Amino acid sequence: MKTVETETRVPGSEVAERIRRSATSDRPYRYLLRGTALFFGAVIILFVWSVLHTAWPALREFGFHMVTGKTWVPGTGPYGALPLLIDTLLTTVIALIIAVPVGLASALALLFLIPQRLRATSSALVELLAAVPSVVYGLWGLFFLIPWLNKTLDPFLAGITGGKWPFSGPQEGFSVLLAGIVLSIMILPTIVAISRDVISVVPTDLIEGGLSLGATRSQVLIRVVLPSARTGILGAIALGAGRALGETIAVAMVIGSNPQIPHSLFSTGATLASTIATEFGEATGSTGSALAALALMLMIITAAVNAGARLLTKRALAHR
Amino acid sequence: MTDTLTSLPPDPILERRAEIQKRAAQTIGRRTLVSKLFLFTLVVAFLLALVPLGSLIFALIQKGASSISWPFLHTLPTQPSLVDQNAIGGIGNAIEGTVIIDALAGLVAIPIAVLLGLYLAEASSRAANFLRAIIEIMTGLPSILLGVFAYEYIVVRMKTFSGLAGIVALAVLMVPLIAKASELSFRGVPATLREAGLALGARSSRVTRGVIIPAALPGMITGILLSLARAMGETAPLLLVIGASGDWTWSPLKQMSALPLLTYNYSGSQYPSQRAAAWGVALTLVVMVMILSLGSRFVAARLRKERR
Repeated sequence: MKTVETETRVPGSEVAERIRRSATSDRPYRYLLRGTALFFGAVIILFVWSVLHTAWPALREFGFHMVTGKTWVPGTGPYGALPLLIDTLLTTVIALIIAVPVGLASALALLFLIPQRLRATSSALVELLAAVPSVVYGLWGLFFLIPWLNKTLDPFLAGITGGKWPFSGPQEGFSVLLAGIVLSIMILPTIVAISRDVISVVPTDLIEGGLSLGATRSQVLIRVVLPSARTGILGAIALGAGRALGETIAVAMVIGSNPQIPHSLFSTGATLASTIATEFGEATGSTGSALAALALMLMIITAAVNAGARLLTKRALAHR
Repeated sequence: MTDTLTSLPPDPILERRAEIQKRAAQTIGRRTLVSKLFLFTLVVAFLLALVPLGSLIFALIQKGASSISWPFLHTLPTQPSLVDQNAIGGIGNAIEGTVIIDALAGLVAIPIAVLLGLYLAEASSRAANFLRAIIEIMTGLPSILLGVFAYEYIVVRMKTFSGLAGIVALAVLMVPLIAKASELSFRGVPATLREAGLALGARSSRVTRGVIIPAALPGMITGILLSLARAMGETAPLLLVIGASGDWTWSPLKQMSALPLLTYNYSGSQYPSQRAAAWGVALTLVVMVMILSLGSRFVAARLRKERR
């Protein structure tokens, strides 16, 4: 009986056997992928650790004063990062005030207004802005925008408020205002690209519904399109903010590298990132550690902002 | 009967509708005008957004082109002095340094990133989801943090600045970017293709090699070239770790020169000749970066066309 059974093997069972074998013997491949993931996970941990570890002496010595202290003197201390935090925030806010309206308008124009045959070229031009290295923006700000600010923009703004806050004080060109302007141009492509993506998934029914009710095109854009894409637009803004908070070289070139709490938009300043860039070269001992503490703050802030931004944009695009 | 019909109380809904129609008719002129003005403003804002780009390109070409010449591109820099303030020399070693650092960083990053992308595309465990989120966040972190990382592990250990530290910093910068792009293109491969491969009895590794990677190639290559372009223009991490060199450096264990860093250093120089040359360095850098990023579009389009 047994011999008969073996002889009537189902045709093709050999193939099934091979498949089973290959599925199990494919372990090396799986291990390779998992190993790579583990390896890079370890690199990330080492990366975070390197910043924490270097910052630790300064954090232990100065504690929370590092965040709240009002004076930052490289080399000798005290190391109070409050001016840097304020300047970082201020330049980012200026950048957003300029880039958000222009960026949203550009995204809407790209999606609904630019003639079809110009659309690809227009998008490519905006992407070109993103491909320019930040040091080139810095150079342009340094030699092109500073003369323009000195001659035209600064006197004009000072004229508006009669030389009072926020446009008071000496007009050197180098300023938090200039840093904010340069940043606004640098984050524009991010804001345009992401908000274009999230606006493009607004259901056509909604838009047509609005138009069929007799609303004009601008009313539909303002009251239907923008509100229904608001989660994603917030995400786009947050991504732009994340980029502005961490931008280093371009800011270092135009802000004047002067760690002080700004008294007007014409004040020179220094951000977290720009301070690390400009002072790291001469840093010894405690300054090096204090700069690593700045890096730690920068890491925490940008990681939080980016995490929020990803959540928002993901939620917006999930409804597709 | 007819009496009751004609003397029906006025219908509030009809009245309201008439009111709305009247109001709409009255305001239509104003509303279209406002709408047109608004749409016009949007287009103007978009054109305004392109002004900086135009100005930047204009400045680069106007100020940069004059300092670029064949000797500028292939000779070594010379230090200006009080005697000869215009001694600029060339940027040959900075071009060489940029190419070496970027290429080696890519060489390190690409295999890791592609395998990582495969892992992220295939795995769906909690750990994988966590890693995916972390990697996405890493793509948005300021690059200078990677400079701090490379400084701590390479420069401090080796007790010298080195090209190697720059390579490590840029490689870690590139891995999340390439991994993300590859993951997306792997996910874009139709599941039926993959299942067909498995149904033929091929192992997953064979299916990956023979089916998934070829199908995802255009997306992967675009991601790789764009990341190489992005890394090539990075100044901040290099500023912390590669030091400076006035000579040809073929060994990454020594200090190196790089175009973005040179642009930065020249821009703050006390010599007007060096400040002017900064534009030439920047133009060279932008051209190299653009070759990579425009190249990515070209290669992707080419590969897609061949597929069809």
